[in-house]
Amino acid sequence: MHIPDGYLSPSTCAILYAGAAPFWYVSLRRLRRLLATRVIPLLSVFAAFSFVVMMFNLPLPGGTTGHAVGMAIASIVLGPWASILAISIALAIQALFFGDGGITALGANCFNMAVAGSLAAYAIYRGIAGSCPLTSRRRVAAAGIAGYLSINIAALLAAIEFGIQPLLFRDASGAPLYAPYPLKIAIPAMMAGHLTVAGLAEMVLTAGLVAWLGRSHPSLLRATAPGAPTSDDTNDPHAAFGWSAVRPLLVRLAVLLLLTPLGILAVGSAWGEWSPRDLAAVSAHREPPARVPPGLERLSSVWTAPFPAYAPPFLRSASFGYLLSAAFGSGLILLMAAAGDRVLSGRQRSG
Amino acid sequence: MPTRGFIERSLEGFLGVLERALESEEFARRKGLLQSLDPRVKLVGTLGLVIAATTSHRLAVIGGLFALACLLAVLSRVPLRTLMVRAWAGAFAFTGLIALPAIFLTPGLAVGHLPLVRWPVTLTGMRAAAFLVSRVETTATFSLLLVLATPWTHVLKALRVLRVPVVVVVVLGMTYRYILLTIATAREMFESRRSRMVAELAPGQARRLAVSTAGVLLGKTMQLSSEVYLAMLSRGFRGDVYVLEEFSMGRRNWTWLLLLLALSAAAVWMGRS
Repeated sequence: MHIPDGYLSPSTCAILYAGAAPFWYVSLRRLRRLLATRVIPLLSVFAAFSFVVMMFNLPLPGGTTGHAVGMAIASIVLGPWASILAISIALAIQALFFGDGGITALGANCFNMAVAGSLAAYAIYRGIAGSCPLTSRRRVAAAGIAGYLSINIAALLAAIEFGIQPLLFRDASGAPLYAPYPLKIAIPAMMAGHLTVAGLAEMVLTAGLVAWLGRSHPSLLRATAPGAPTSDDTNDPHAAFGWSAVRPLLVRLAVLLLLTPLGILAVGSAWGEWSPRDLAAVSAHREPPARVPPGLERLSSVWTAPFPAYAPPFLRSASFGYLLSAAFGSGLILLMAAAGDRVLSGRQRSG
Repeated sequence: MPTRGFIERSLEGFLGVLERALESEEFARRKGLLQSLDPRVKLVGTLGLVIAATTSHRLAVIGGLFALACLLAVLSRVPLRTLMVRAWAGAFAFTGLIALPAIFLTPGLAVGHLPLVRWPVTLTGMRAAAFLVSRVETTATFSLLLVLATPWTHVLKALRVLRVPVVVVVVLGMTYRYILLTIATAREMFESRRSRMVAELAPGQARRLAVSTAGVLLGKTMQLSSEVYLAMLSRGFRGDVYVLEEFSMGRRNWTWLLLLLALSAAAVWMGRS
């Protein structure tokens, strides 16, 4: 992935330097506006982290190991603009001092990995993660997919850059002067390794780190998750048990309300449920009492239900009566819960 | 042995970087030709020679530039063995592997066939492979010579001559320092984990270990960033950065600059198609 000197023609290198330069300029301006004086230590230290994390020999499924670039996790933690600069700086140090990637090819490497990789990773991550909570599995999956796809996009760009060299640059005898393989060979050859080992390494690192950060340092995921519930929300009992938290329960409740008319299909009635006389009538296999106990008779008339037998007297349809009764009862319970919640939260605030 | 392998390979990588950084500092202190030149001369001269090697359409010119790189190394008291270990072997193994199939896959006049499989070995393919390998070896040698003959702080300051913004030079310098610090931290974490291992971990546990180590390193990194920032503020940092321009160009440096640029220009001219 790190293109050395000699693989690309000087004109290709110059074009890719020119392609990366506007992104460097815009990134630096945006960061200085947002972070002011903080930008220098943040970029330096994060670029150092990116450099070191590229050296991690990650164990991958299948028994092999691989190295990640870290552009996706940089985009997720810092945002795409800071990631462009941090990864570019790490690549520059690698090229200048450790011979990993060429000096003339630095623009190409930065364009592929720092610019295209960071922007692609950010767009994919934000697109899939949406505004789900910082600790959700969807966010972890989004990070893994972003890592996998972004490194493959960067590899595809490098393969295209290699593949156009023999089309454009040959010596007098027709021999390719730089990367010798055409697109039909360069792309499959490059992508084979990245779709398997390198992509997997980037996916493992990015998804694993986002899962780890979600548990240990969720604040580090905050910069690129503007719509996600805040950690304060998750600690706030009113937010945790607010309407949005119980929305799935409300949906299920609505379904149950719609199904309440099924109760009409039931045969018979519960023992003594509707009136004192039922007590005598439905004592199937036992000797029924000769008369209703007087105490029961007296107390049963103390309260008259507004919707007797779940059938409001003003409705002709028994099914609709059931439905209305269910809605009325559930609504009354929810109202009482909301009132209780308000009273309790008012006490906590005043306390 | 996936777990021990992954920890040990990562540790080897960390140690390799630290060794190379120390070795570069040691070579930069030696008394040799390149060490005696102004870093700006070395940077511009190296860039000129790398561009000349990259633009050349003639193998003989690239070969001549490679010989020049070896001569400069000898005059700078950089052993060829060091160049072989740090540049040539790796470049040849990596690029040679990539270039090898070009000998058979590039269409052209067949000058022979590979025994057993009878694949045609073409002259065009051999030239293509030779271009790639020789160019990579030559440019890698020049780049390595620059780093071996110049303290890294001087290389960064010399970037100002190429109009690299001061803020970028400062960030590069700080990054280099913090790379060494971060590597030391990561090495300690892996070492302490390894010292507590009595058996191999399952592959899944090894992955979790690698990721959690990276996560802790990230947390420490962000914490370090805040600490560095506060330290900078305490020293009166207000957002303006400066680089001390301590270099001075004498007649000798001007002569060498003109010589290196003339050699580069001659190589570009002779290397035309």
